[in-house]
Amino acid sequence: MSRETVINWVLGLGLLAVPFIALMQGEPFYITLATRVAILALAGVGLNLALGLGGMVSFGHAAFFGIGGYAAGILATHAFNQEPLLAWPLTVSGSSDMLVIWLVAIAICALVALVIGAITLRTSGVYFIMITLAFAQMIYYFAISWPAYGGEDGLSIYVRNGFPGLNTLDPIQFFLICYAVLMACLFISARLRDSRFGAALQVARQNPDRLAATGIAPFNIRLVAFVISAAMTGLAGALFADLNRFVSPSMLSWHVSGEIMIFVILGGVGRLFGPLAGAALFIVMEFYLGGITEHWQLFLGIILLCVVLFVRGGILGIMAGRRVHA
Amino acid sequence: MTLALLIEQLLNGIQFGVMLFLMAAGLTLVFGVMGLINLAHGSLYMIGAFLCASVALATGSFWLGLAASLAGAAAAGAVVEIVVIRRLYDRDHLDQVLATFALILIFSEGTRWVFGSFPLYLDIPQALQGAVALPGGAQYPLYRLSIIIVGVLIAIGLYLLISRTRLGMRIRAGESDREMIGALGVDIRTLYTVVFALGAALAGFAGALVGAIQSVQVGMGEPVLILAFVVIVIGGIGSIKGALIGAILVGVVDTLGRILLPELFGLFMGPSQATSVGSALASMAIYILMAVILALKPQGLFAAGAQ
Repeated sequence: MSRETVINWVLGLGLLAVPFIALMQGEPFYITLATRVAILALAGVGLNLALGLGGMVSFGHAAFFGIGGYAAGILATHAFNQEPLLAWPLTVSGSSDMLVIWLVAIAICALVALVIGAITLRTSGVYFIMITLAFAQMIYYFAISWPAYGGEDGLSIYVRNGFPGLNTLDPIQFFLICYAVLMACLFISARLRDSRFGAALQVARQNPDRLAATGIAPFNIRLVAFVISAAMTGLAGALFADLNRFVSPSMLSWHVSGEIMIFVILGGVGRLFGPLAGAALFIVMEFYLGGITEHWQLFLGIILLCVVLFVRGGILGIMAGRRVHA
Repeated sequence: MTLALLIEQLLNGIQFGVMLFLMAAGLTLVFGVMGLINLAHGSLYMIGAFLCASVALATGSFWLGLAASLAGAAAAGAVVEIVVIRRLYDRDHLDQVLATFALILIFSEGTRWVFGSFPLYLDIPQALQGAVALPGGAQYPLYRLSIIIVGVLIAIGLYLLISRTRLGMRIRAGESDREMIGALGVDIRTLYTVVFALGAALAGFAGALVGAIQSVQVGMGEPVLILAFVVIVIGGIGSIKGALIGAILVGVVDTLGRILLPELFGLFMGPSQATSVGSALASMAIYILMAVILALKPQGLFAAGAQ
């Protein structure tokens, strides 16, 4: 077992242990904190697929995070009010079943990512960064100015959506759902990375001409990866909305895109468990710095700046050493 | 909809575009010469506005505030370049995005620490209060008209600076081949600091001018920054001409879209529905414009390499 594999196990089992230790210590607040880590790490795992493996620096993943959140919020609202979502040509009703909500969130995010990706992936480098940012802003402003679902004020989910056979209002059970989804997506990511598709995606990052010369179009490979990446981040958004029982345009704001990117880079770009390490460190810093000073963002900024300038390769880069294939 | 209203809104759009140009010019210069994507440009805009507002409050003179914002933003830009940005030129865009994102956090929270969370207000200087009569019988604020004139003068000045002076020659040389001008004995490090400070001064100046129209508050730079990105993407990164045309285009489309789209939908919808659909679409209009332009020309209208 390599050192990175050991660290991955420690991270994965460590996160699983936190809520149970918190429960024994009688500090249920930490369960919510761990759930936040699991959900935000999931958003990072999604971005890592595009950013780490595919080299697509998307600065607009908040769009998918927010769309996933709104999918949960809108379906739950319609189910709560017993209004059909669509009356014609066929009746579509809302839902408060997480499985249905996840499917809808994934499908819509994949569809939106297909459209955004088809346009943005024609560009590269700094253009790609700015255009993904601009598309996310477009959806952000749309959410603010569209009054049907709360507009700027956002949308409350009065009762957390249910999962068959489980009580989602119990913090531990909700944490376990989020944790299971995170692990499933990590497993999918690992399988994708080691598949023929993953190999093609990494070559598309390293040398697109060579990939094209072997008869594989880099554009298509990148687009598929972008869509999968968006779907995972959207799923995280749906869970995040359920965690807070609230969804608002702030989930779509460009700060969220920046934060998801920070999770990935803080943990180590392209590392399987990097987003988990990054999200955990970010949340812990946010929590403790926030407890010390009101101006914690200032210190977060300084720490972040130092990490970017002086610590290359993120947390996993320090702990597990350089990879052979950077 | 009268002609006078239309002219007034058109002027508002141009004034907004001129502001965007001041922001976008610095961004596009820094990207063109140093290959750096700087998210913290909006923070320099905010610093300019805060300096102008606080100096004007302390001395009672808007003009002193304006001078302070120019000097202060340029100094802040030079310091940031020397301490942080200089280490980022050789890094990939991902590191640049993240480091300058961290700078935003530092600047925003630092400003909030010093000035508090309440917005500051800046009065329009005495000499520029009042309105000008427009053809068609409308009145237009003199201050906004002055912003347009100042912006056009700066655009001309920048054009002359870049095409006619030695500094401009070096900037252009830095855009096309940075190793070569280094080999010819030009001090590249100082040149980069100067270019960055110039961009910062333009952003700070824009912030100070806008500070008298809007409230001066933390986070005011971010929406403008993102619009400036849209501008330079539309205009072609690295091109000053592209930045000017892109800025006017974005300013006018955004402003007129907010007026005309609800009216347009009002032709075949109920008034309340037309307002909500129209304003939702209007807030997306410039991004749609950008997507269309990029679908046709992925490098923007005036790509620096394609001249």
